[in-house]
Amino acid sequence: MAKTNPPVDVVLVGLGWTNSIMGMELTDAGLNVLALERGDDRDTVPDFAYPKMADELTYGVRYKLMQRPAKSTLTIRHGVGDMAVPYRSLGSFLPGDGVGGAGVHWNGHTWRPQPQELRLRSYIEENWGADIIPDDMTIQDYGVSYDELEPFFDYFEKVAGISGKAGNLNGEIQEGGNPFEGWRSSEYPMPPLARTYNDALFADMARDQGLHPFPLPAANASEAYTNPYGMQLGPCNFCGFCERYGCLNYSKSSPQTCILGALKRRNNFAYRANSEVLRVELDSDGKRATGVTYIDADGNEVFQPADLVILGAYSLHNVHLMLLSGIGTPYDPESGEGVVGKNYAYQMNGGSTLFFKDKEFNPFIGAGANGEIVNDFGVEQIDFGQEGFIGGSYINAAMTNGQPIRNMPLPAGAPAWGRGWKQAVQASYGHTMTIGSHGSNMAYRDCYLDLDPNYTDDHGRPLMRMTFDWKPNDVRMTQFMKQKIDTLSKALGPDDYRLSFKDFDSRYDVRPYQTTHNVGGAIMGTDPSTSALNRYLQSWDVHNVFVMGASAFPQNLQYNPTGLVGALAYWSAKAIREQYLPNPGPLVQA
Amino acid sequence: MMIHQQWRLGLVGVGLLSAATHSAAFDQAEIERGEYLSRAGDCVACHTAPDGVPFAGGLAVDSPFGAIFSTNITPDPETGIGHYTRDEFAAALRDGVRADGKKLYPAMPYPAYARITDEDIDALYAYFMEGVEPVKNEPERTDLSFPFNQRWGIGAWNWLFASAEPFTPDETQSDELNRGAYLVQGLGHCGSCHTNRGLFFQEKSLTGGDSDYLGGETLEGWYAPSLRGGGGDHPVARWSEQDIVDYLATGRNDHSAVVGEMTSVVAHSTSRLNEEDLQAIARYLKSLSGPEGEGPAREQAGEATQAMLTRGDVEDDLGARLYLDNCNACHFADGKGAPQVFPSLVGSSLVNAEDPTGIIRVILAGARMPSTEQRPEALAMPDFAWRLSNDEVAEVANFVRSAWGNEGSEISAGQVADVRDELPEDRPTSAPTYID
Repeated sequence: MAKTNPPVDVVLVGLGWTNSIMGMELTDAGLNVLALERGDDRDTVPDFAYPKMADELTYGVRYKLMQRPAKSTLTIRHGVGDMAVPYRSLGSFLPGDGVGGAGVHWNGHTWRPQPQELRLRSYIEENWGADIIPDDMTIQDYGVSYDELEPFFDYFEKVAGISGKAGNLNGEIQEGGNPFEGWRSSEYPMPPLARTYNDALFADMARDQGLHPFPLPAANASEAYTNPYGMQLGPCNFCGFCERYGCLNYSKSSPQTCILGALKRRNNFAYRANSEVLRVELDSDGKRATGVTYIDADGNEVFQPADLVILGAYSLHNVHLMLLSGIGTPYDPESGEGVVGKNYAYQMNGGSTLFFKDKEFNPFIGAGANGEIVNDFGVEQIDFGQEGFIGGSYINAAMTNGQPIRNMPLPAGAPAWGRGWKQAVQASYGHTMTIGSHGSNMAYRDCYLDLDPNYTDDHGRPLMRMTFDWKPNDVRMTQFMKQKIDTLSKALGPDDYRLSFKDFDSRYDVRPYQTTHNVGGAIMGTDPSTSALNRYLQSWDVHNVFVMGASAFPQNLQYNPTGLVGALAYWSAKAIREQYLPNPGPLVQA
Repeated sequence: MMIHQQWRLGLVGVGLLSAATHSAAFDQAEIERGEYLSRAGDCVACHTAPDGVPFAGGLAVDSPFGAIFSTNITPDPETGIGHYTRDEFAAALRDGVRADGKKLYPAMPYPAYARITDEDIDALYAYFMEGVEPVKNEPERTDLSFPFNQRWGIGAWNWLFASAEPFTPDETQSDELNRGAYLVQGLGHCGSCHTNRGLFFQEKSLTGGDSDYLGGETLEGWYAPSLRGGGGDHPVARWSEQDIVDYLATGRNDHSAVVGEMTSVVAHSTSRLNEEDLQAIARYLKSLSGPEGEGPAREQAGEATQAMLTRGDVEDDLGARLYLDNCNACHFADGKGAPQVFPSLVGSSLVNAEDPTGIIRVILAGARMPSTEQRPEALAMPDFAWRLSNDEVAEVANFVRSAWGNEGSEISAGQVADVRDELPEDRPTSAPTYID
């Protein structure tokens, strides 16, 4: 029999970016808030301290900050007729673990979506007609507009402390920024990071090509910074240990550096690490959550009563918890009915590696979000009708690190081992740069999440099952980007370059790292028959459950998700504070 | 189960309620004013045991004569000060005399608290009688060896050294300057650490006119630098008033960050003071005269060090190489760190202190700024004791003490070893777990 804790007003499931934000907002509202984080407690010192964090083998290869698949994983298959097998060895994506979550180990690319990405289906129907949307493509509008979210993008960027250059200030196009971005009400909080050689080469070439290069918006501080909570960042020193690492220098925006120090001071906030939530408990008619059941650090099962439950775990776990708890109707790909698990999507990326005998890039001088971008082939820039696909990408010349185990690109034909390999490494290290495309991924009827019928976790719960594969529309998109990057690569005049893009025979491969941008499954929208959450991230079915994170994206953006995830958390928090708390119940009538 | 924070709000709420029911002789505004003044006096720092209930006593205050245990100053009638009358309370604060007539050891800063005005004594009394929850707690008794256990001897000491009167404003100065002087000399008892002590462990001066007053002193290995902001080659003289205000409010400013004993003072006392009082303190400190003349020419020396580090020209200089490998990530080649985040090492009182214990401690054990209301992030420097040998610590410390125009004396590996031996065993460490 589970022990029962004293009730709290709010229980937060997970303590990464979104629930750190929720913690601030809901304690501001005077509520007693308790966060349950299943991983370890972590802070800059001692956990990310110099020099132990600069250890590629421990953190970059052996994934010390990530979830252990033996403890938590899901099963994966390509199609509805296939048998799914567990994701036993981390590869394609890396769910974070512990306090701070994926906000600890990210690179810090912080984007806003282009306005039309939030109303993609309407935008297509208005401009090209519904006929260009393939039958199996289940894309939707988000149900919230860019204009509505703008203040929340702005605030999240100030909290996170983003270094960048605005391209569109209140509709006025700004020199040096992204002219294709949505309007922003203020400049970035910090100027762009110092530019590295690859940035400069790419920017000059891109301008010559008639494109519009600008610095990648970075959650890496370009100078000392204090955010609205009084939290502080120190200037990034380009140590080159960003993605997969916690920042040793207080320079990368994370829940730790931007929020948690302020949140932990609050008397009406508490958190418990090593406390894994098993399910959300519902009352007898299933319309209201009564709290959550979790396993505490000593292995005891505990019931935590709460008036409000905020799911702020990793996107995949949010969906898993909803499926396990019976919140909303599970999605059925045969009938297309049901909503929970629907529209799982990923990210369609590709790239080019360029080798220059006579250029020294010093790649060990890197930062997670050091990069020069062109967005000339973005979602809003492409004529879908003419090009024959729906989607877009940003193109990125990034230099994040020169770590020796994983970042040793070699030209085609170089031996993979032995003396020849050593010679190739010596000749190539420091002489390469990359150009990548980071692109959208649409949602499809048979790409979804549900409970696996065969595999269970160590608590006896069914694992979640992912059904996913690449689709021709998205391959056409990435092949389009391949042509563009081929042109840009040639224009830089390398001695050699190598292109790597998905093709029509590509299948989703879980082994090589691609990106930890797993989205959808608990999607937001305007209609309870096609979305799990309303526009305020509130469950249509259980009104006192709100679900944060990229699980709410109905299809994936061309961009990295964190900027939108942060803005949606503040947007949802405002709705909770101003609408829900005075009058608890559904915020949108179905 | 790890519960990181109790529902303190609830506990405090209950405390106020029960305190208010047993009597109501004082109005709430007076109690709150007393609470604020108790912050200014930092009573909680000494009168709270590690992890103990605030004001319930039991902290061992080290003195050259042995440990002096702080007493319970909650209003518990038996073990605390609940039976004190207002005048007995005043006598304890200002004269160092207990209700039973015995004399307090001058670890209690009554020579400074003698400056407290009658009105402020009233407010403090109101707070300690009704704003603080009574706690039954009998802290360990102070048991010094002969002759220091002879409390009558304190009387003679008092006659010689504790002569201050309640503060009277200097009519020729502004209200702000008077307020600053009152806080610094009185409740703030800044001189307890920052004024040089004489042969009998007395503060050589208790008021601003004398150049000994707040002229700097070393206590338990930490150099408490001169606070005489009107001149001289030390940080407070170089800082602006705003720098002083920032430091007191947040434990950090554009140049420096708090370390050592002052960390707790910022956390519990100065960061809780209002902006006007901090401004008054800053104004007063800047009004204290210091020696004329300029410090060493740091600019040129600084550029030379920066150029050498930037070139990586450290083959023959182990200290400089260790600096690049261990310190440069945050403090940078110019040694200046980053404003409000990473403290500058250039001209730093910690780095240049005659007694190098403080800088050695920080290198070995790391340091952490206090979390304060305005700057909640407890920015920390990791410890290097697990990584650097005594020789290496001496090398890097000597480099830092001589780079960028710094003028600290040379230190030896033996001095590092002595400090290392004194580090607490249970201190937090960032050592990788595969290191024994």
